[in-house]
Amino acid sequence: MTDPVLSVKNLVVEIPTRRAVLRPVDDVSYDIAPGEILGVVGESGAGKSMTGNAVIGLLDRPAHIAGGEIWLKGKRIDNLRADQMRKVRGKEIGMIFQDPLTSLNPLLRIGDQLEETILEHLPVSRAEARKRALQALEEVGIPAAAERLGSYPHEFSGGMRQRVVIALALCAEPSLVIADEPTTALDVSVQAQIIALLKRLCRERGTSVILVTHDMGVIAEAADRVAVMYAGRLAELGPVEQVLNAPRHPYTDGLVGSMPMASAGKERLRQIPGSMPRLGSLPDGCAFHPRCPKADAECRQNPGPTLDATGGRAACWFPVSQEVSA
Amino acid sequence: MSTLVSIRNLTRVFDVSKPWLNRVLENEPKRLLTAVSDVSFEVEENTVYALVGESGSGKSTIGKMLVGLLRPSEGEVEIRGVNLAAESDAKTVDQIRSDIQMIFQDPYASLNPRWRVGDIITEPVVARGGDATGLAAKLLEQVGLAAEDAQKFPHEFSGGQRQRIGVARALASNPKLIVCDEPTSALDVSVQAQVLNLMSDLKDDLGLTYLFISHDLTVVRHMADVIGVLYLGRLVEEADPDALFTTPKHPYTQMLLAAAPRMDQIGREVEPPKGEIPDPINPPTGCAFHPRCPLATDVCKQKRPELRYVGTTRVACHHAEG
Repeated sequence: MTDPVLSVKNLVVEIPTRRAVLRPVDDVSYDIAPGEILGVVGESGAGKSMTGNAVIGLLDRPAHIAGGEIWLKGKRIDNLRADQMRKVRGKEIGMIFQDPLTSLNPLLRIGDQLEETILEHLPVSRAEARKRALQALEEVGIPAAAERLGSYPHEFSGGMRQRVVIALALCAEPSLVIADEPTTALDVSVQAQIIALLKRLCRERGTSVILVTHDMGVIAEAADRVAVMYAGRLAELGPVEQVLNAPRHPYTDGLVGSMPMASAGKERLRQIPGSMPRLGSLPDGCAFHPRCPKADAECRQNPGPTLDATGGRAACWFPVSQEVSA
Repeated sequence: MSTLVSIRNLTRVFDVSKPWLNRVLENEPKRLLTAVSDVSFEVEENTVYALVGESGSGKSTIGKMLVGLLRPSEGEVEIRGVNLAAESDAKTVDQIRSDIQMIFQDPYASLNPRWRVGDIITEPVVARGGDATGLAAKLLEQVGLAAEDAQKFPHEFSGGQRQRIGVARALASNPKLIVCDEPTSALDVSVQAQVLNLMSDLKDDLGLTYLFISHDLTVVRHMADVIGVLYLGRLVEEADPDALFTTPKHPYTQMLLAAAPRMDQIGREVEPPKGEIPDPINPPTGCAFHPRCPLATDVCKQKRPELRYVGTTRVACHHAEG
């Protein structure tokens, strides 16, 4: 494998509260190769967005990185000063948020927003920036791009707005893009357009992507590898075919089983009993054990080990055997 | 089986004009948004009829007209042969109304935060002067919660549990028909499975009929007996799930099915659909789908296609064939 673009090592994010110190991200490690799309799935509150925000240095106080390291292209970035991080953000790491309306400035024409980003990060003249802004809009498939440079965000539809956000995230040519639920607010047909666009652009430029989503269908379609998060920890990490078709962690297995599959009939859905524990009241040992069919005394005391699975990892004492689920 | 709900030529127009004075000063005409346009379908007793469509397709508006939260602009909704908007006998109206209940999308917004769960659940009965002794406990157990939960407040529950409370409330008045407007879209996948299973069980146990409104095709396929596909306020195709998913007749349905991400097709490369839903204030002439349709010809631009049978499927397309 070539050197990873991003390397997250034993990342811990803590939120001190009056009662206790919460750990929304607990000992998470992963690497991303150049041009790779890493899907991060999990239920709400699993820590998927928090991990992304930690990487890009956008944790809201009092949340902070309490341990671990983040390396971007061989440079450590988790201990940078705010002004240094500002240069990395946008230049090296682009960001795409869920709601395109809140990530665009409603008072600025989108041409100006694109230009501002390009001028901030690339050593080019204003005229050149203008040209690149136009190019960026054309690349994301906005019709009549030259005229649209002068439009305000509210004049675009939801799908078009998300295209503008993608153009913004990519215009400084970052090596990594963090896309946090980029299609959740969009309709099915527009979602397909945006996913295809994201895949095409990243392939053409060799940009790596962290694709945070709760939609397993989107993961199957777009990701090369998947990280499954549960209660702040990495439950399983591996190539997408393996994680979806032969999951090792019982949580992944339950999650995949509870999807109403397009191919299955009307039989009852498999369900995982209960719901994810709150951060303030995490059980001892493996956080999944109260909902796990295989849990025993070991699981109640010690968190799951980091097990090597073929091409990936699963944090479980009793991983689902490949034969049964295959 | 008998027909429980019969919807005929249902149309709803919203006036989205600026205020009168602005219109006069700026010399602008009225702006009318047709959310639902000439929709007809029937729902059989003890079945699940699903309405699917993207945002702005009018699925929620139909649900609201069915429960009586909105009045139809044209056409009628008949429940067991009674047209609620026209019926004058108060007793009949009251009887039919208590037969219809609704489950809402957002379990955080649809429960009054200041009420105890027991009061929320029994309100549909108490409001009609009925006797609610022991009802809350019975319903809570029926939806998989504990009887003691009646004393708690909504904020003490998780999203999935709140949606169970919403289901319990809908069951309180012994309804025949429950309109479910995106009942699981606000829930996580593993919790969604719990709520869908619960709804299927209750339907079988209590002989309920659901009008199931959703944008999620996989969920709809799992739940529905009949699926109606809406586009820009028009019913474009109606079929049973197997027929709809294996041999979709309408080009829009075909596009929708091709675009939906699927877990069983890893690394699929899709040719994404073209264009977006047009502005419902100025819908295209003829067939509303023609600007995005690969089959469109001149007739599609001029004449709006009627729903017609192709095999067992009802489809509104000039070019659909068996």
